[in-house]
Amino acid sequence: MRIKLLKLAHARSGDKGDTANVGLIALREEFYALLAREVTAERVKEHFRGLVKGGVERFELPNLGALNFLLHESLGGGGTLSLMTDAQGKTFSTALLRMEIDVPDAEARTLGIKG
Amino acid sequence: MSRRRETIRIACGQGFWGDMLDAPVRQVREGPVDYLMLDYLAEVTMSIMQKQRARDASAGYARDFVPLMREILPDCVGRDIRVTANAGGVNPAGCAEAVRDVARELGLSGKLKIGTVTGDDIMGRLDELLGRGVELRNMDTGAPLSDVRERVQSANAYLGAWPIVEALHRGARVVITGRATDTGLTLGPMIHEFGWGETDWDRLAAGTVAGHIIECGAQATGGNCQYDWQHIPDLANVGFPIVEASPDGTFVVTKHEGTGGRVNVQSVKEQLVYEMGDPRAYITPDCVADFTSIRLEEAGRDRVRVHGVKGTPATEFLKVSVSYSAGFKAVGTLVYAWPDAYAKARAADQILRARLERLGLKFDQILTEFVGANATHGPLAGEPDADAPEVQLRVGVRGEDRKAIERFTKEIAPLILTGPPAVTGFAGGRPKVEEVVAYWPALIPKTEIQARVEVTEV
Repeated sequence: MRIKLLKLAHARSGDKGDTANVGLIALREEFYALLAREVTAERVKEHFRGLVKGGVERFELPNLGALNFLLHESLGGGGTLSLMTDAQGKTFSTALLRMEIDVPDAEARTLGIKG
Repeated sequence: MSRRRETIRIACGQGFWGDMLDAPVRQVREGPVDYLMLDYLAEVTMSIMQKQRARDASAGYARDFVPLMREILPDCVGRDIRVTANAGGVNPAGCAEAVRDVARELGLSGKLKIGTVTGDDIMGRLDELLGRGVELRNMDTGAPLSDVRERVQSANAYLGAWPIVEALHRGARVVITGRATDTGLTLGPMIHEFGWGETDWDRLAAGTVAGHIIECGAQATGGNCQYDWQHIPDLANVGFPIVEASPDGTFVVTKHEGTGGRVNVQSVKEQLVYEMGDPRAYITPDCVADFTSIRLEEAGRDRVRVHGVKGTPATEFLKVSVSYSAGFKAVGTLVYAWPDAYAKARAADQILRARLERLGLKFDQILTEFVGANATHGPLAGEPDADAPEVQLRVGVRGEDRKAIERFTKEIAPLILTGPPAVTGFAGGRPKVEEVVAYWPALIPKTEIQARVEVTEV
């Protein structure tokens, strides 16, 4: 089944210069492996097409059930240079939660995920 | 220090300059705390303070701090609470002087010492440093600072916990720093109380993680929390975070009883990942903390226990924050109403751009957003709703030529009578032209920076 990350994770985002960071946190510990497998740097880069101009880096924090993404060149120059409403990347968190991933039906049943 | 406490409670009273004014007062009065830490300095705050000081030699620090001290100093003296604050900006001595005056007026002469930490300000040394080959290259772009030297407005190295520790050792009740790391304001009291050493990397890292969790105020206690936000209780009465630290480096994140908000594993996790880079290398002047080692567990209502934190040796560098003048900008907005709100806003944008072009105005950047359609999530938000009740047109321009930016600000209002219909939202007058002060992150060898600590009796 296809499922939005909003159903699987929560998130917070912030900025460092022209780079936004998004921490994606599994809503339940059991979801972490699924997120780590499906939410790759490449797929996140594709998801943010048009909003993120540079590369995407991913870091894993299995201890927190979290992934951290750095989205480079995404804040219109960053800080005070940026003209964007969201110059600090505060809403990139929920922009990532819009992403959809494919979850095999059997795995979804095991994890108790409903579409 | 003969007296070693089992645990100390460090409360955050301010997550940024402009945060809730009564938060620190409530932290001091609504439950037990031993330390109050206050973070006032955002990256561009120093340039604002530098300008204030240029106009008035006694200014250049966080003004709000002084009336706050007037309010809470008697509590702090009476209940043995110490304060660590980077309120000093570019003038810690001036800030200390103002606090000293307040303390005297309150009849607290002879009852407290004020400590100042300086040495972070390298503005006056820039040419000497650059001349000796300390290039202060931009950490993001690699460009040398000489590229923007003429436009630099402030330059400060981030000092860590150790100068704060020295001020506390020497008996300071209030420690006022210039550019010090937010985390150092929390770690300093732990080192002071528990006698941690300069190479106790795990414990220094633990104190740093504690500082990171509380440094943004209520962002750790239910504010701006995505997880179950609808059910976070009583944010109107939100409690700011408190760390209960132990000598072994473990700590509990909590808040005062009877306050609103929520502390749970999820709220703490969200704050842990905030503004995170490589989680294995959270670099501060005091250590390098490994966020992949952090263990969290619920330890009662509104209590999260943090343990397992690992650290590695500090680097040989300090981060430097340079601010420089980078032109001007202005942002204009208008609101278009149903029907066809989005289509009208788009049409207005095209008309505006054609006029700017005809006027021959040149900008380094021009950005149009449609608030209500795409201002936050851009193209990820999908096609705008053709039937939206309203859409705000928001156009921003930036450039070196102040005259061009000023001319732009005069082209917004005319759109009301010369563009698409059902438009409003211009009560505020012409947009303001703002000077852009940009931020230049760099590194400097630690050997170049000497922190200075002064502690004086009031």
